[in-house]
Amino acid sequence: MSGQTLFQKLWDAHVVHVEPDGTTLLYIDRHLVHEVTSPQAFEGLKLAHRKPRRTDAAIAVPDHNVPTTDRSQGIADPVSRLQVETLDANCAEFGITEFRMDDVRQGIVHVIGPEEGLTLPGMTVVCGDSHTSTHGAFGALAFGIGTSEVEHVLATQCLWQKPSKTMLVKVEGQLGKGVTAKDIALAVIGAIGTAGGTGYAIEFGGAAIRALSMEGRMTLCNMAIEAGARAGMVAVDATTIDYVKGRPYAPTGAAWDKAVAWWNTLHSDADASFDRVVELDAARIAPQVTWGTSPEMVTTVDGRVPDPADAPTPVKASDWARALEYMGLAAGIPITEIMVDKVFIGSCTNSRIEDLREAAAVAKGRKVAPNVKLAMVVPGSGLVKQQAEAEGLDKIFIEAGFEWREPGCSMCLAMNADRLEPGERCASTSNRNFEGRQGQGGRTHLVSPAMAAAAACAGHFVDVRDF
Amino acid sequence: MQAFTTLDGLVVPLDRANVDTDAIIPKQFLKSIKRAGFGPNLFDEWRYLDHGEPGMDPATRQPNPDFVLNFSRYKGASVLLVRENFGCGSSREHAPWALEDYGIRAIIAPSFADIFYNNCFKNGILPIVLDAATVDRLFRECEANEGYRLTIDLAQQTVTTPGGEVLKFEVDGGRKHRLLNGLDDIGLTLLQADRIRAYEERRKIEAPWLFA
Repeated sequence: MSGQTLFQKLWDAHVVHVEPDGTTLLYIDRHLVHEVTSPQAFEGLKLAHRKPRRTDAAIAVPDHNVPTTDRSQGIADPVSRLQVETLDANCAEFGITEFRMDDVRQGIVHVIGPEEGLTLPGMTVVCGDSHTSTHGAFGALAFGIGTSEVEHVLATQCLWQKPSKTMLVKVEGQLGKGVTAKDIALAVIGAIGTAGGTGYAIEFGGAAIRALSMEGRMTLCNMAIEAGARAGMVAVDATTIDYVKGRPYAPTGAAWDKAVAWWNTLHSDADASFDRVVELDAARIAPQVTWGTSPEMVTTVDGRVPDPADAPTPVKASDWARALEYMGLAAGIPITEIMVDKVFIGSCTNSRIEDLREAAAVAKGRKVAPNVKLAMVVPGSGLVKQQAEAEGLDKIFIEAGFEWREPGCSMCLAMNADRLEPGERCASTSNRNFEGRQGQGGRTHLVSPAMAAAAACAGHFVDVRDF
Repeated sequence: MQAFTTLDGLVVPLDRANVDTDAIIPKQFLKSIKRAGFGPNLFDEWRYLDHGEPGMDPATRQPNPDFVLNFSRYKGASVLLVRENFGCGSSREHAPWALEDYGIRAIIAPSFADIFYNNCFKNGILPIVLDAATVDRLFRECEANEGYRLTIDLAQQTVTTPGGEVLKFEVDGGRKHRLLNGLDDIGLTLLQADRIRAYEERRKIEAPWLFA
C-alpha cells in the first residue's frame, strides 16, 4: 500500500461521517467571517431560530468595505457602512469575537488569521472567500465557501464534501534574485491554466517551496484558486512551527508539545501518489507580468504581448483578442513598453511585512514617475502597518511619493473608495486581473511587490533584476 | 430552496470562456445585506452602457444592444449556455443569486469552477456539464434557430434538443436528491448531531488546543 498525501491525512482527521456514496461530513476547526458574505447567513440562522454551534471556532473582521484613509470619520458610503455595521451587530448578537475597524488587529481576513495564530497546522479552515486557500500554507486544509455554506458551518460546524483529486506542484532548484513566490504562483497558473486545478487540492513541494518563508508560502497558496484549485497547501516543517510559536491564539505548554508532535506528521509520505504531478524549475522562473484579463494570460517581464493568431485553440484566440481589446494593448509589444497610471501594493496575496520590505527596498531613494497618478501601499493589517512603521518603511514609501494607507482589501476588488477609472492601467500585487475587477474599465497587470514598486518608479514595467 | 425537477426553457448563448463571478455580479452590488434582488444587475458591466451602482432604477439604465441577454429573441431565457470554466474567481454566492433572480434555472457548460458549481446546488440552479464538442454544437443550433429551447429532466439526467436528441449528463447522487426535493442542507445535517458531538468529544482529547 502506498503512503498518504498531506491532503489525505488532513481529510481523514476531520471525517465525522461518510455516506455510502462517499459524500463526507467534514468537521471544520476554524471559520473566518467577513462582512460581505456573512449577512445573509446570519439572517438565515435567525429566520430558522438557529444558533452557532461553536462561537469559539469563528472569528470575524471587516475588510472588504473599510476605508484605507482616515477612519475617524467612519465609512462615507452608507451601503458599505451598513454592511460593516451589520457584521458588528451580528457578532455582538451571536457572541462571535470580532476585530472591529478601530482594533489594531483588524486587517484582511487572510492576513490576520495566520498573524494571530488563529490558523494552525492540521486545521480545516473555511471562509466565505475564495482566497481562503492562503491558510493551506500551514499544512491546513483551507478552502473558500459560499454564503449558504457559511450558514451551514455556523449551524453545524461541518460541511458535506467529496474528497478532491490531488496534484503535486513540485518546484525544484533555487529562485533567482528578484524572483518571488508571486512569480512562482503566476508561472504555475501560466503553465496549467486557470482551470488546470479544478477538482484538485494542490500541494506545493520541492526545494524552492521548502526555501520559502511562511509569507511566501501564503502568497503561493493564496493563488491556488486562480489555478482553479479550491485548496493549496504546503507540508509542515520547522519554518511553519517557528512562525506559529508564540502567536496570540497558538497553543502553549503541554498543548503546544502535543500539537507539534502531530503537526510534524503533516507531510505527504515519500511513497504517496498524486493524481497529477506538475514540475517546474525555479531557476527558470523570471519575474511575471499578466497582459490580459485572466491570471493565465501571463508572460515574463522580458516577453511580449502575444498574438491571438498564435493561440492554441479558436476559443482561446477569441478570448485573447477580446482581452487585448479590453486591455488596450497591441500584439507583439514588449511588456517593458507598457506604461502604468496607478500602482497598488496590497491585497491578501501581497500585503505582509516581507512584501512591504521588498517593495520598499526598490522604492528607497527613488521617486514615483510623473506619469503615475497614484501609487498606494495598503498594509494587510494594523499590526503589519505598525511593524512597517517601526522599520521606517512608511517613510521610504512616502518620500518616494507613494501613499501610505490603512489596512483592508482596498483596490484588489475596489469595494471601498479605492478604484481605477475607466481605461486606467494598474500594476497591482493583487490576484485577479478580471475585467472591471479594480473598477469598471480598469486594466490590471498582476506582478510581485518588487515589480510593482519598480513600475511605479519607472512609469512602465521594468525587469526588477536590472533595476 | 426551490426544487428542480424538469425544465423546458428558452436558451441564451453567452459565447465566452472563463466567465468569472466578478463579471456575473460586479463588486458594488455585493454590499447588499439581502439575498434577493440581484437579477437586474446580472452581468451589469456587459449588459449596460452606463456604470451601475446599487439602488439605480433599471428602467433608467442604458442597455448595451450588443450584449446577448439584451437581444429580444432571448427575453425570458431560463437556460444559459456558456463555454468552459464558467463561474471562476470569487466565491460570492451573489453570482447564483443574480442568475436565479434573473430567471436562469440551468446552466450548460463544458466545465465549471468548483465553488460556483457547488453554490448553484444551494440555490435551485442545475449546472450541467456536457463535452466541449456537444456544447459547441448547441451554440450553433441555438444561434441558428430563434426560439431554441431545451428540455431538461434532472431525474433522468437528460437534456433533450428540439430535434429529439437526448443528451445524458452526470450529477452527484446526493446533490441530485437534495435538488429534486428542494431540501434544506442544514436540517439534514442536524440529523447527524450525535455523530458531530461524538467527533468533538474524541477530538477534544486528541487535539485539545482546537477547543481552547
